[in-house]
Order: sequence, then C-alpha cells, then structure tokens
Amino acid sequence: MMSPLLTVEHLSMQFGGLTAVDDLSFEAADREITAIIGPNGAGKTTVFNCLTGFYPPTVGRLAVAFGSSVYQLEQMEGFRIAREARVARTFQNIRLFPQMSVLENLIVAQHTHLMRASWFSIAGLLGLPRYRTAEHEAVEKAKRWLDRIGLLSRADWDAGNLPYGDQRRLEIARAMCTDPAMLCLDEPAAGLNPRESAELNELLISIRDEDGIGVLLIEHDMSVVMGISDKIIVLDYGRKIADGPPDAVRSDPAVIRAYLGDDTEVQDNSYG
Amino acid sequence: MVTQEQAWSATLKESAVTAAVAAALMLPMIGLYTSTRAGGLAVGTRWFELAVAVVLIFLGRIALIRIQNGDRLLPAIGGVVAAVSGLQLPLPNGLLTVCCIAGGAIVVLKAGFAWGSGRFTAVDGQKEKQPFALRIQKFLKTYGPWLGAAVILFAIAFPWLPFADRRLVDLATLVLIYVLLGWGLNIVVGLAGLLDLGYVAFYAIGAYSFALLSSNYDMSFWACLPIAAMLAAFLGILLGFPVLRLRGDYLAIVTLGFGEMIRIILINWVDFTKGPDGISGIPKPTLFGLSFSRRPPEGTESFHQFFDLPYASVDRIIFLFYVTLVLAILTNAFILRIRKLPIGRAWEALREDEIACRSLGLNPTNVKLSAFALGAMFGGLAGAVFAARQSFISPESFTFIESAIILALVVLGGMGSQVGVAIAAILLIGLPEWFRELQDYRMLAFGALMVAIMVWRPKGILAFREPTLILHGNDANGGK
Repeated sequence: MMSPLLTVEHLSMQFGGLTAVDDLSFEAADREITAIIGPNGAGKTTVFNCLTGFYPPTVGRLAVAFGSSVYQLEQMEGFRIAREARVARTFQNIRLFPQMSVLENLIVAQHTHLMRASWFSIAGLLGLPRYRTAEHEAVEKAKRWLDRIGLLSRADWDAGNLPYGDQRRLEIARAMCTDPAMLCLDEPAAGLNPRESAELNELLISIRDEDGIGVLLIEHDMSVVMGISDKIIVLDYGRKIADGPPDAVRSDPAVIRAYLGDDTEVQDNSYG
Repeated sequence: MVTQEQAWSATLKESAVTAAVAAALMLPMIGLYTSTRAGGLAVGTRWFELAVAVVLIFLGRIALIRIQNGDRLLPAIGGVVAAVSGLQLPLPNGLLTVCCIAGGAIVVLKAGFAWGSGRFTAVDGQKEKQPFALRIQKFLKTYGPWLGAAVILFAIAFPWLPFADRRLVDLATLVLIYVLLGWGLNIVVGLAGLLDLGYVAFYAIGAYSFALLSSNYDMSFWACLPIAAMLAAFLGILLGFPVLRLRGDYLAIVTLGFGEMIRIILINWVDFTKGPDGISGIPKPTLFGLSFSRRPPEGTESFHQFFDLPYASVDRIIFLFYVTLVLAILTNAFILRIRKLPIGRAWEALREDEIACRSLGLNPTNVKLSAFALGAMFGGLAGAVFAARQSFISPESFTFIESAIILALVVLGGMGSQVGVAIAAILLIGLPEWFRELQDYRMLAFGALMVAIMVWRPKGILAFREPTLILHGNDANGGK
C-alpha cells in the first residue's frame, strides 16, 4: 500500500435536517484507482462536492498530501483546491465550454500557468517571446491529450457539437490539462456504449500508470468499476458499508443487501 | 395540382386578410391623430393616407406571394412601378412616400434575390439562411484584414470626401463614440456574459471626470483622458465587488440601479457637479498644444496660425473625428489582442460555465472584476470624448435609454463580434440621425430597423465566434 494521497476523516454533510454524508472516513492512494459506489442518493456526489470545495462540509477533515505539502481542503476555496491542491474533477452532467473550440477548452484548463507566463496579460499584450513560448507549449500539451483521446482531428470543432462520448473524454482531458495530483471523475461512463466504456477503461488505466496520479471515481457501471478499480468504497444512506479490493467488496454481504435488498425481508414479504 | 385560378383566389384571400389586419392596426396609428386646438386636444382623421397604406400592403402581399410561387417578373415590375410612383406622385405625407419607395425596393430585391438563387420557395427559404451566414463568415475570414484596412482608409479619407459636410463629420464622431461604447460593453456582456444595464454610469464618470478636471484645474483633454479611463475602471471594480455572486436577471437589476444612482448623484450633488445645470465650456482637444480656436489666449498659438492656414471652424470637428478614430482603432486592436490571451479566454469560459471555470482553478472573482474594469475603462474613454464633442454635459445625457441603446448595439451586432457592433452602431446611431427628415416617425423607423435585424439575423448581425486558436486551419471546422 502506497502512501495515502487523499485522507477523509469523519466527513459529515447536512442539508437542513437531511444528512447526506454521515461520518465517512476513507483513504485514496496515489497511483491507484479508487471507486465510490452506492445506490442512488447514497451521497457519492456530495462527497465529491465537499472534496472540490463546492460545499464546505458540516464536520470533517479532507487532506491531500503530495510531495512534502499537505492541503486541508475543507479550508480552501474551490478554485484554490484546483489550483494549489491540484484536485481536478469532471461533472456528472458534462460541463464543457460548448461554444469554444475543443482546443480552447484544453487551453483554458492551463489558465493559471499561462496567466503567469503572460505577466497577467502584459507580456501577452506586448507579444513578448516569453508568452509566445508558453502558449506554444500549452498548445503542444493540448495536442498530446487530443491525440490520446482520439480527438486531434476535431480540435477546431465547437466542443458542444461533439458526440456525447467524445465530450466525456474531452472533459477528462481538460481536467488532466490542469496537471492534477488527483483526478475525480463523477460517473464518467454514464451514457456510453460498451465500446466507449472499454475505451474509457483504457484511458483511466493509462492515466493511473503513465501519468502516475490518483484517480477517484464515482460510477454505476459495474464493468468499469470491477474492471479497473484497485479499491472500492461502498456508500449507502451516506454511510460507508464496505471498503476494500473489488473481489472482497463483491462478496460482502452488506453490499449485496444494499443493492439487492435483505434476504430475510424478501422471504417475509415485508417491503417496508 | 392547384389550378391557376385556385392559386390566384388563395393569393387574393391571403392578401385581403393581411390588408384587413393592417387596416385594423393602422386605424389608430395612421388613421387618427391628435392636434392642439384652443381649449384642448382635437382628434383629426387621415382616411386617405390610411386607404393608400392599406392598398399598398394589399398589393405588396400579392407580390410577395407571387415571388414565393416562382413568379418573378411581374412582381419586380410592380415593385419598380411602386417605387417610381412613390417618387413621382404627390402623396400627401412624407412617410407614405418613403414606405412606397422602400416597399417597391424590397419587392424588387426579393424578386431579384429569388432570381439569383433560382429556387426561392417557402421551404427552401429556411435552408438558405445558414449557408448565407457561413458564406459571410468565410468571406470575412479570407478578406477580413483587407476589409479592415479598407474601412480604416475610408474612415481616414472620410472628412475630405465631397459629401462630408460639417454635420456629417460630427455625426461620424458620434457614431465612433458609440462604437467605442459598444466595444467596451461587449467585453462585459458579449465576452464575459455579464448582463450590464447600467453601463451609462461609466460613460457619465468619464465625461464628468474630464469636465470637472478641466473646469476646476484647467487640465487639458490629453491629461484627463487617462484619468477619466482610470476613474471609470476603478468604479467598474467598485461596482463589481457587490455583484460578484449575481448572474443574469439579478445582475441586470443591480447594474440598472447603479446606472440610475450615478445619474441621481450627478443631479443632486450640486456643489460638486453643478447639478441639473450641467457643466459648460469644456475645452476641445489640442494638437500638441495647438488649439483650434480662432483667437487663442495670449502666449499660445492655434492650429491655423502655426500652419499659416486660413481659420476654418470645421478643422476642430475634423480633428475630434480623427482623435476618436485613433482611439477606436487602438481600442479595437487592444480588444482583439486581449481576446486571444488567457484573460480573454477566461472571460469567455466564464460566460460558458462558471462552475467548470472554478473546477479548473480560475478565480471567478478576478475574471469578473477584470471584465468589469476593462469594459468600464472604455466607457470612460468614450465619455471623455463625448464631453469634448459636446462642450456641455448635464445628467440629461446619461439616462437609462443610453444604456439600453448601447446594449442594443451589442445584441444586434452579435454578442462578442467587434465588426458586428460597429455595423450596428452605424445602422442604429448614424441612420436615425441622418433620417431626421422623418421627424416624428424617426423613432418608428428606429424600432422597425431593430425588428428587421432581429427577424433577419436573430443572433445579431455577425453572430459567429472566431476561435482564439486554430490548429488545422479553416476547413476543418465541422459541425457548425
């Protein structure tokens, strides 16, 4: 087991009287794919939103550690989490910049770096070589990612005009262009056909192995989850009910109960 | 198949319905009018004008239907007849003459266009529009730089052209001021997607900065210009802070209030701004210290003395035109450039999806504030030029309608399109001033023009976005 990249301790999130996440603790390791699964409404996306700073958690600590630095996510604003703690994410309902080109989507992701290189626009306005080199490098990086997701030939399309599966992959590439230490994917396989989801598996494995970062994944598609995860965390009603490698989770009675219902209750004909 | 007679009877029926609707609508608008008479208002009638208008609409509708059915020659001839008779007949009213000529011209154009494309049926009509927009886009892509150079050359030569009299050059300056304003607002609304209904506030700040600095401290136009721009930009940031969390309708309401607030402060802070009386005697810009007055103050020289020319009062107007032109060209270059920098792309990304921006590490606060500040800066520049042109400003000049007109320029021109805004400014500011002869009907024509643009090009005159970076060149952009 490698050192934990992400450590979540006693995370709780309440919306009014509703407890969406209840005292959740888990770890996600670097260079591993960690999947969070659970029935609808189990609180998976809420965990993501706490992680990426969209909601401040009611209780709990979220820490990302890489190199020699540790970032306490619950104290940071959303854009700082992306910029400094280097946690990148994608969204359940794709959030590309639809009227901008595919290439531009990937360049915007490198905003922080380019902004510094352009001396907050001054070097850029003057057209100094310093900025031109940085922009050239950014385009090269975008091209490498477009090549990896097979969209190089469509670089000048409006992102909103891409087919659905391509948009999903573009969103992942865009998140990767921010140079993340951890990539959080919210249902990346939703709406993909079997061939596309097989391609997605390959992409995620290559991100883990070649880019060497930790991947945190919410997914319903079990072929994706069981095929590529190194570790699975199962949530039900905001609580963690299982945590371990795929094989162990698959045969865990608590997980089977959560997904298929309680055996005894079925026999008793009580569906309460 | 429909026989000839059936087709004609359907045509006549539809035209009659159109004429009836038109008659019902125009009865109060054209048929009745009010006039003052001793003891109050009197209602007069204009039955003859109404009848002529209804007949014109009836015939026009027939012509349009015939064109749709593939008959071109007859409607074209009819259109020519209408236009010529509009010119020749002693119609009782100027508006009728204009309508008659314009209607005839439209019918001729439509028939000609149908002839050109060869297949202008009702169904194809919808499909024709998309390639037309694409054709313009391709054309601009190829010839854009040449066209730009040609426009600039024309603008430079403009004051020396034979038809350019004093009034026209002055009008061109006003159009350029609105172009500046439109481009400034375009940063906020078109690029960053923040609906700002109080843009006139920055215009007012720019104008009053110059007016007050020059009247209180005797500062020159050139010294005040950067100060006015900075003050407006600063105010933009000040406005930006409280509205950071707002978007769409809510933002529009707050900015609307902000615009009114500035105007009311200008009216009520009499000690400082001279209130509703306004500020007069604002100096004109000088050319490296050479003024354009007939008799300059002791110890200074004026333009005509220095170059040993006879004094011409039009020089001053032409010079101001050139000053505005240079500012507009610089503004355009600046905005075109900054759009392709990270900050420009961040504005557009913010317009597209703020949440995604945050997840990519963009600080939405900075992105919004920079858009507000830069947009306001150009508003301030335009304000200073406006004050110099008018020599007199008062809060009257900065009412909500100005904000609305500037926003209309951006929306009608096509969100984010520089050229589109410039064309819209010429159409919306230049033409109505030119058509002052229409008198009462001027604003009606203004409204009709806006409706026409929105019908013809619902997303604005030039509603396409040029990517800031292109990988494969022109042809690869599919899916449009």
